[in-house]
Amino acid sequence: MPPAPRTVSHQGPASGAQAAGGPVLSIAGLTIRLGADAIVEDLSLDVRAGEMLGLVGESGCGKSVTALSIMRLLAEPPMRVAAGAIGFGGQDLLALPEDRLRRIRGNDIAMIFQEPMTSLNPVYTVGDQIAEALLLHRDLSRRAALAEAETLLARVGIPAPRGALGRYPHQMSGGQRQRVMIAMALACGPKLLVADEPTTALDVTVQAQILDLLDDLRRETGMAVVLITHDLGVVAQYCDRVAVMYGGRIVEEAPAARLFEQPRHRYTEALLRTIPAANPPGADLPAIPGSVPQPGQRPPGCAFHPRCPAALPRCSAEAPEITAPPHRFACWNPAQ
Amino acid sequence: MSLLELRNLSKTYPGAGGSTVQAVADVSLTIAPGEVLGVVGESGCGKSTLGRTLLRLTEPSGGQILFDGQDITGLRGAGLKAVRRNLQVIFQDPFGALNPRHTVGQIVAEPLLVQGIGSRATRAARVAELLQIVGLPEGAARRYPHEFSGGQRQRIAIARALALEPKLIVADEAVSALDVSVQSQIINLIAGLRRRLGLAILFISHDLSVIRHVSDRIAVMYLGRIVEIGPAEAIISAPRHPYTQALLSAIPRAGVSRADRIVLKGDLPDPSNPPPGCAFHTRCPKVMDICRQRRPELAGARHASACHLPEAQP
Ligand SMILES: Nc1ncnc2c1ncn2[C@@H]1O[C@H](COP(=O)(O)OP(=O)(O)OP(=O)(O)O)[C@@H](O)[C@H]1O
Ligand SMILES: Nc1ncnc2c1ncn2[C@@H]1O[C@H](COP(=O)(O)OP(=O)(O)OP(=O)(O)O)[C@@H](O)[C@H]1O
Ligand SMILES: [Mg+2]
Ligand SMILES: [Mg+2]
Repeated sequence: MPPAPRTVSHQGPASGAQAAGGPVLSIAGLTIRLGADAIVEDLSLDVRAGEMLGLVGESGCGKSVTALSIMRLLAEPPMRVAAGAIGFGGQDLLALPEDRLRRIRGNDIAMIFQEPMTSLNPVYTVGDQIAEALLLHRDLSRRAALAEAETLLARVGIPAPRGALGRYPHQMSGGQRQRVMIAMALACGPKLLVADEPTTALDVTVQAQILDLLDDLRRETGMAVVLITHDLGVVAQYCDRVAVMYGGRIVEEAPAARLFEQPRHRYTEALLRTIPAANPPGADLPAIPGSVPQPGQRPPGCAFHPRCPAALPRCSAEAPEITAPPHRFACWNPAQ
Repeated sequence: MSLLELRNLSKTYPGAGGSTVQAVADVSLTIAPGEVLGVVGESGCGKSTLGRTLLRLTEPSGGQILFDGQDITGLRGAGLKAVRRNLQVIFQDPFGALNPRHTVGQIVAEPLLVQGIGSRATRAARVAELLQIVGLPEGAARRYPHEFSGGQRQRIAIARALALEPKLIVADEAVSALDVSVQSQIINLIAGLRRRLGLAILFISHDLSVIRHVSDRIAVMYLGRIVEIGPAEAIISAPRHPYTQALLSAIPRAGVSRADRIVLKGDLPDPSNPPPGCAFHTRCPKVMDICRQRRPELAGARHASACHLPEAQP
């Protein structure tokens, strides 16, 4: 049975990932507002080549908004970036004009979403869609593009890839569609892949296939992956590093094994304790009282303080600064 | 005596192009009073259909449903209404299940009204009591569902399910849509109610770690059939069916290397065209010739599995 997710991963980070020089992506002080409400607040995060970084948090904490802002695909308006920088390849994505961004999107940065059906075009065959993605960014003949599409489908484990080229998305299962999305994302050899809950809609046995595939790909190609999920087990198994979000902010970030062994933020600590797998069957779970605050209703100070068992008077008055890497946390009364 | 007994229960739906989908196939099981039976399996394996059929919300295509020793398979009208008092359900999407134009008080009182129980005043008192049991604030009765968070809405649905003091509740993915930090509150609530009120629960979930936590016994379904059933600790620590083993090993968690895991190839087969023999044989890492030809019977007493492998036998 699943042990508490505090055990150390045997697999460890991708070889050399940690050593591979500077970050591929460097978000600094990102604040995103909807009207007066901060949806994402003062968020800083680095991702290195070959690394799989887990971005976890409960519904509404701002994971997808953060992901979309990296791609500059945020719904602006009503959303707007109020502050910050997103460094990628020596430039600030937030300062680039749309035509330059278009070259980066799909070429250097790719994204996959939770529901592949909504991102695949139902009226084109899978082969045409992948070929289209290739032709958009590379100087190829149509024939060469289709041949490469077949190679990509084989790579992501689609059986009989040649036949699959002629199929429409609705003729495939959910797991196969997600593989097609991954094939499209890989088409141009991106340096960074942002995967927003890529397996949430899938069955567990298919989820394992897809996550193994992403893990292999980043180890082989050195592509950096931001894996967005609300599943701590997924993070524990696959990620080198984890950033935990609560109420629009990163509240803790550390190497995965470290975070599961020794969480410092009281929210992370409480969250790890409350999951069923960390408790004996039938026992009452150490539940966290209350619910996740929506933006606009987030309390002042540390957003977790009304639910926190260790809150001090200061926690409701002042938002804590986040500490320095490698184990960052933003808590006035951290767990020891 | 068992509270609920299913004998060879089946349900078919018309599928695409004149085919039929065998959503539930030949399911036999029992639930004792006060017992939690967890039902686990992947999307489309028939969990919800099983729940809806035994509640008589959808008509079975074959087999029998016995409740408290009474055959309720063909009951209608007043007889069915009387049995309904004892059979309640909680669904995954608490918002979709609650009428947005009714106050929480009206929603929770609805089953009492339908059954013609109590006066206006006694119903109001019962509602107040129920809201307290599920941990909602006193004033909640006058408010509307949209004013509540997901976890609170699930509490409202639970209060409504408890109104008639049922003996059996079907909880269909009742905690699946909730945030992790809220999910544990609702799991505790359901477990506490079960202890206090002696409720039996058919707890449906695709999440094996939740199922393991709440269940006394576990049934594992694949393409409409039970492939393994038994005491929770036996299913978890000594699973016999290769599908159960694969499900357990697919739970993501720290500290497992690839070599330790069984990752199944391929996807679930089309339920309107299930493979012959053992329906799992197309994905089974231990498939033998016989598996393609003959369907294994569910064999064993307390812990039963349906598999031809010698090591899977009781
Ligand atoms: N286009 C939009 N207009 C208005 N509000 C939005 C929009 N997109 C997101 N939000 C709000 O911003 C907040 C953060 O949303 P986001 O989608 O990033 O959450 P998330 O962490 O991805 O949650 P989930 O786990 O449910 O996907 C939420 O409260 C959401 O309601
Ligand atoms: N009303 C219906 N009409 C036709 N087919 C149906 C109907 N309801 C369910 N089915 C089919 O019956 C099978 C079993 O569905 P069911 O909803 O019981 O599965 P489930 O195990 O609850 O899945 P999930 O985990 O996705 O909720 C599926 O193939 C489904 O498509
Ligand atoms: Mg999201
Ligand atoms: Mg269902």
